[in-house]
Amino acid sequence: MGAILQASNLDAFYGPTQVLFGVGFELREGGITTILGANGAGKTTTLRAVCGMVRTAGEVRLEGERIDGKATEDIVRKGIAHVPDGRGTFTALTVEENLRLGGYVRKDRDGVAADIERLYERFPRLKERRRQQAGTLSGGEQQMLAISRALMLRPRLLLLDEPSFGLAPLIVKEIFEIMRTINREDGVSMLLVEQNASLALDLADHAYLLETGKVVIAGSADTIKNDEQVRRSYLGY
Amino acid sequence: MEAFLHQVFSGLATGGIYASMALALVMIYQSTHHINFSQGEMATFCTFIAWALIETGFPYWVAFFATVAIGLVGGMAIQRIFLRPVENAPILTNVIVFIGLLVIFNSTAGWIFDHTIKAFPSPFPRGTFFDTQYFSSHEIGSIMVTLLVLVALYAFFRFTPLGLAMRAAAQNPVSSRLVGIRVSWMLALGWGLAAAIGAIAGMMVAPIVYLDPNMMAGILLYGFAGALLGGIDNPWGAVFGGFVVGVLENVLGAYVIGTELKLTVALVLIVGVLTLKPTGLFGKVVVTRV
Ligand SMILES: Nc1ncnc2c1ncn2[C@@H]1O[C@H](COP(=O)(O)OP(=O)(O)OP(=O)(O)O)[C@@H](O)[C@H]1O
Ligand SMILES: [Mg+2]
Repeated sequence: MGAILQASNLDAFYGPTQVLFGVGFELREGGITTILGANGAGKTTTLRAVCGMVRTAGEVRLEGERIDGKATEDIVRKGIAHVPDGRGTFTALTVEENLRLGGYVRKDRDGVAADIERLYERFPRLKERRRQQAGTLSGGEQQMLAISRALMLRPRLLLLDEPSFGLAPLIVKEIFEIMRTINREDGVSMLLVEQNASLALDLADHAYLLETGKVVIAGSADTIKNDEQVRRSYLGY
Repeated sequence: MEAFLHQVFSGLATGGIYASMALALVMIYQSTHHINFSQGEMATFCTFIAWALIETGFPYWVAFFATVAIGLVGGMAIQRIFLRPVENAPILTNVIVFIGLLVIFNSTAGWIFDHTIKAFPSPFPRGTFFDTQYFSSHEIGSIMVTLLVLVALYAFFRFTPLGLAMRAAAQNPVSSRLVGIRVSWMLALGWGLAAAIGAIAGMMVAPIVYLDPNMMAGILLYGFAGALLGGIDNPWGAVFGGFVVGVLENVLGAYVIGTELKLTVALVLIVGVLTLKPTGLFGKVVVTRV
């Protein structure tokens, strides 16, 4: 299977400050790849760089086609959905409006409506709260909404920024289970950023470890998980 | 009593105009947090275009809708040409652009159409319908037009994907880009709609106050007072505020302070709201992080 996304020599900047230094990675089509690293390592920035949300240098290719330098709106239209840091829900809009916005760029109105129903089946809690303002949902419900909103795009690639953040262990388990299902059943490739390394390595097939804006270790999730040295010095468990 | 009711009704009619201007201000404020000072001048300019079209011989309603369309497209063009380059500039830069636009529109209107006061026809002349001692056809007609505009806008924002996208873009530009909304174009569309609303308000008020390049200056001030009173970030509050200001202005002008001092009502309201309750009656309290 080929690579769906390739990044090479990727630098990223906030104003004059450089945050990523020559990052490179490759995502297998249909796979789940995780990016691990300490606070401030540049994980969020890596996802932003893929989506054109920060100034970058270097190359990003989606199925071989260069997407670096394109506007976020155009990258989204190519099928990359992003569940950002902090979830990015439209808090003053209703749950259903959030979902409709997720499918904003799609032309198939019927398909959008059908997908909303499908997601309601998968997340009955969202259906109950469909007319409620998204800001009134609990943290777990908001994360489900954020993932659902991203799925409304029918993405080829899903970027997830710390979906476990601030959630109770039971909810985290549920959300990771959902991600596994989405990956298997809908064939959505994923790039997952996580603080919770052990959880992420269980789900993912490949992993990259970032340290102060550079990739320090890359490999299959199993190898990294079983490498005592890496675990102790980088993952801290 | 009859005279009082008359004052209230004509207050509602002008209040509808203020409400429209207030709504136009809010529409741009919500997405950019800027007050467009040139809103009134843009509306006056559009009204001149309508006047020229009518003078050329076009039927009133043809001129009306053509002017609304010109306002819509023109408003978008202004955002693209003058505001987009300063989208991320400090607020003062934007203020200067607004003042520049105000001066440009005002002097261009004077230059092309000269400064003489012009009569502007009403589509609802005396005797069209419901003329009574309380209100004229034009007042009723103009209230109806305002209400139609409000209903149309409500339907647009509530029920169409584009309206939803505009609300989303105003609320959360970053997330909006992540769902593929072209945020910058939504701002332009907001300008277009605001200009179109202003054009309608201008055409509705011109038969009452007559048309000259400074026609909307005072009216924008009332609209601003209405928007502040209702809450500058709440469209329905602003509309309500506009109607309230219209009635207050008329009633106070007739019985308390006299017509000469009417404009002070607006100024007192603006200063009063800003000092006593800056969020207005229905605005939400925003805590800015420092
Ligand atoms: N908007 C910003 N402006 C300036 N610097 C930023 C901005 N966002 C992040 N940075 C800086 O970039 C570096 C990488 O941040 P990033 O958010 O990518 O880290 P992260 O790995 O996602 O961390 P965390 O685990 O805390 O989310 C940090 O040093 C941070 O201070
Ligand atoms: Mg982060």
